[in-house]
Amino acid sequence: MTSPLEQKLRITGPVVVTANRLGDGAVVYRTLNGNWSTALAQAAVVDNAPAATTLLAAAIADDIGAVGAYVAPVRLGADGRPEPVNLRERIRSAGPTIDLPLTFGI
Amino acid sequence: MYVYDDLDRTLVAERVAEFRDQVRRRLSGELTEEEFKPLRLMNGIYLQLHAYMARIAIPYGTLSSDQLRMLAHVGRRYDRGYGHFTTRQNMQFNWIKLESLPDVMEDLGRVGLHGMQTSGNCVRNITTDQWAGVAAGEVEDPRIWAELLRQHCTMHPEFTFLPRKFKIAVTASSHDRVAIKVHDIGLRLYRNGAGEAGFEVMVGGGLGRTPFIAKTIKPFLPKRDIVSYVEAILRVYNQAARRDNIYKARIKILVHDLGAEAFAKAVEAEWLPIKDGPLALDPAVIADIAARFSYPDYAQLDDDPPELARLRKADRRFDAWLGNSVTNHKVPGHAIVTLSLKPEGGPPGDATSAQMDAIADIADLYSFGEIRVCHEQNLVLPHVAQRDLPALWRALDAIGVATPNVGLVSDIIACPGLDYCSLANARAIPVAQELTRRFRDLDLARDLGRLHINISGCINACGHHHVGHIGILGVEKNGEEFYQITIGGRADEKAELGALLGPAVPYGQVADVVEDIVAAYVELRERPDESFVQTVKRLGVEPFKERVYATH
Repeated sequence: MTSPLEQKLRITGPVVVTANRLGDGAVVYRTLNGNWSTALAQAAVVDNAPAATTLLAAAIADDIGAVGAYVAPVRLGADGRPEPVNLRERIRSAGPTIDLPLTFGI
Repeated sequence: MYVYDDLDRTLVAERVAEFRDQVRRRLSGELTEEEFKPLRLMNGIYLQLHAYMARIAIPYGTLSSDQLRMLAHVGRRYDRGYGHFTTRQNMQFNWIKLESLPDVMEDLGRVGLHGMQTSGNCVRNITTDQWAGVAAGEVEDPRIWAELLRQHCTMHPEFTFLPRKFKIAVTASSHDRVAIKVHDIGLRLYRNGAGEAGFEVMVGGGLGRTPFIAKTIKPFLPKRDIVSYVEAILRVYNQAARRDNIYKARIKILVHDLGAEAFAKAVEAEWLPIKDGPLALDPAVIADIAARFSYPDYAQLDDDPPELARLRKADRRFDAWLGNSVTNHKVPGHAIVTLSLKPEGGPPGDATSAQMDAIADIADLYSFGEIRVCHEQNLVLPHVAQRDLPALWRALDAIGVATPNVGLVSDIIACPGLDYCSLANARAIPVAQELTRRFRDLDLARDLGRLHINISGCINACGHHHVGHIGILGVEKNGEEFYQITIGGRADEKAELGALLGPAVPYGQVADVVEDIVAAYVELRERPDESFVQTVKRLGVEPFKERVYATH
């Protein structure tokens, strides 16, 4: 399988780098200071291929911080903060669209 | 129940210790993700959208009350208070932490549960009829054969790295409740004209991207030969299947490409030299396995105790439940009871830890401590005395698992879909939830009769959409969820793949379209007892298509 770093990134707008945290699988975003945050609002946003490649390379190199890092498109909200563009990323960011079953049965 | 021996217990304990060490090395950075991933997958651990998912094997869908209590405990202590029963009779936990998994596995191992061979390119959990051992008219308990094959295939070095995953299902009843014809190998135990019991062996069934109904390659195989013959099939598959293309690596593609006859010949050539060797089953081995399935000491009771008739008359809800969820048992005075995990508005197949604990207690009181899992994502209590049915119904009703919709329109199969699964393209659970609300009227549901809606959130078809009477497949088009709808599929002994109704419809229209299909059926059926699939078979897709696309 081709490593994400060997795939040519086509960046047409703002993007972030996201992954799942190693210890618990939580959705995390790469931050500007080279850490991971569970808040999309704290993600480093870049808008060109060289910057995205650099961000992704650093994320992938942190193999015990998070796994499966990839570039995800975002849009910038009115407050300038990144928001997910597609349903998959909305669900990753906000959780399942359904009520968890604790609210059913007993 | 099957009673594990020391060998099984040692195997599970060793695996727990090995896995604990692997997780430790991964968390410390000693193992990279690339090195660790195949190891975690061998224990059924996936990384999904929000968290790790642990898939726990429930061999042939049989659970003891202690095992169910342990699943409840895992859900409560390590997850978010619930678990999900799957179409392969397993359980999945959706919010497990990698850091906790060694403890999870150790706890599960105490009651003989584990995640071995629930992932990876190996022989997966072997499924069987949820009524195994108690169904009236069954040839014999098919779990004996599932267990023999489970033992043979567990950590079998030759079959640990097959071209792709491999799924086997076994039934011993004329009515197929385990969908054998959409498995890599489907085994049907029956009696031939001479009264001898043996297997019809079917291969190359499967759903996913390229669905096929299995073909019979051995009309009658003596029971003594089942292990050697399955071994021969796996060897031919292992050698000849496509390893270069993941989408063409399943046995169904090989059987299709070679043709069933040529595939059968290749198996025969592989089988004949080994058939009378060590894999030929000694009757003592079969007897030993059979003896480790213990059956309850049933009381001598008559069928139809008078208190049932009285309560049926007095309580319409009890009457509806009894008529829908209770089935004849092979032992007089007893019944098989299905617990619906499909409440109105609920995610199909989910059970909370509180429900699991309660069901375990109920099973101890009324079903000799035994529970079964159906591939339709419901549960079964297999050994209930009919005189206990009123009390049992009240207990089940109190915990929300007595909805009398088993086999009806709101008894929907659905995969986790895009709400959880990293492979999914679209959501499945909210579609199912909306449909259960639209079809909440149980009188209407009973009038419609048997009607299975199956929903998958991607082409991998974990929700068995191809064989749903109404099948719904989620796809993504330009960032939006769309759903392809098929009708006329079925998963039983007359298995068929559904036919596409027409262009995919957007998320917001799926429930309307299904309502239209159902309304068309009501108008088109010849008589009230002509089932949905019979009507589709008689008329084809066109009249349904006209109705649906005229209004949407």
